[in-house]
Amino acid sequence: MSNIDQATFDELKQISGADFINELIDTFLDDAPKLVFQIRAALDAQDADSFRRAAHSLKSNAATFGAARLAELAKEMELLGKENRLGDTGTKLTLLDEAVMSASEELKGLKS
Amino acid sequence: MKSSHEPGQMLVVDDNRVNRLLLTRALEQNGHVVSTAEHGRIAMEMLRSTPFDVILLDIDMPEMNGFEVLEALLKDDELRDLPVIMTSASDELDRVVKCIEMGAEDYLVKPLNPVLLRARVNASLEKKRLRDQQRKLFRTFATPEVAEQLLREGFSLGGKYVTASVMFADIRAFTSLSENQEPAVTIEMLNDYFALMFDPITRNHGTVNQMEGDGIMAIFGAPAYYENHREQAVRAALEMLELLQGFNEQRAVQGRGRIEIGIGIATGRVIAGYTGTQHRATYTCVGDTVNLAARIEDHTKAAGRPILIDRNTREGLSDSIQVESLGELLFKGKQHPTHIFSVRA
Repeated sequence: MSNIDQATFDELKQISGADFINELIDTFLDDAPKLVFQIRAALDAQDADSFRRAAHSLKSNAATFGAARLAELAKEMELLGKENRLGDTGTKLTLLDEAVMSASEELKGLKS
Repeated sequence: MKSSHEPGQMLVVDDNRVNRLLLTRALEQNGHVVSTAEHGRIAMEMLRSTPFDVILLDIDMPEMNGFEVLEALLKDDELRDLPVIMTSASDELDRVVKCIEMGAEDYLVKPLNPVLLRARVNASLEKKRLRDQQRKLFRTFATPEVAEQLLREGFSLGGKYVTASVMFADIRAFTSLSENQEPAVTIEMLNDYFALMFDPITRNHGTVNQMEGDGIMAIFGAPAYYENHREQAVRAALEMLELLQGFNEQRAVQGRGRIEIGIGIATGRVIAGYTGTQHRATYTCVGDTVNLAARIEDHTKAAGRPILIDRNTREGLSDSIQVESLGELLFKGKQHPTHIFSVRA
């Protein structure tokens, strides 16, 4: 199953220019694990606002590249942070981790 | 006029690196020059030191968020009119509405649509250019004080009572001066003279509202109120005399005659506002105080003093300005005598 929505990705390529898409993908690959780390650290510290903010950024980046599943998961996390329900995180963090990895793998393949 | 497709100076404010990069790149593709800031505080610093045409602003940021930036912009006279396009996720439109109520011009939803991005940025650029042009027009045809008031409060005819200081300044013996020289030379001299006199009045927060023949009428304390408008008017008068001295020295070098001026200042209640029609109007003031200032100015010839003021003006002056009482005078058309003071240059 594809993790990246082709139409969104094509539009992104159009807006950034084909030569620039690689740099943009590299930035995503660089930042996504950092954001997951921030979410995890915020969960440990029970810092709902940092949790929400990192999830929000990850959601935004995922949506930019058309990584729909990742965006959806990140949005759920953002909501948990917003509603101060970090206790309900459960297995979502593991799912998020996996979604970041599969989206990253696929984006690597889309580099031109 | 510039077309909307000319490049502009853009400021992208977003804490997300992917968003910053993408917006920068997309705007650069459209020919714009782009700077970026990671959050609102950095953005405000940049905005205060560099001119920008349009801001693309994220809402959720550390240190200083989008709402706080909008608030700070509103409070800043120079930045208030700068178009702001909010960039937000599709699920935060309720917050975008709040931003638009706070003065944001437009919004874009992330992920960005290239066509919408171009259209909205160009529309905002166009607005910025119209506003700049409007500002420039106002400043050319109105004084800075009036221009600021017009930009802030809009235009409406009608006046209100204010306490203000009214100044009249005239060139003495202008008629004989102009009879002895070519008309073009007279006009040139007048233009030089007006240009010179404008500056001290404006600098002291006065509004020149009439230039007729060789006369200037200015108001201090309206439309923008300053507690010390009496002193501002007198300081302006002193600076005018000082500048005139330099002007005369220059004229002497050119073999031309001296210009002497008389300045009269009176303070009191006036009706100030815009008079005229919706098509042609001017900021002015009327009332007894205006007449008195004109009479006092007229009296400078007989008194042989360059600056005369009434008692009300004198009472608002600090000790650094020296005045000499010339006693009371009954001016034509007045029921009560006026105590007149001469200001020492």
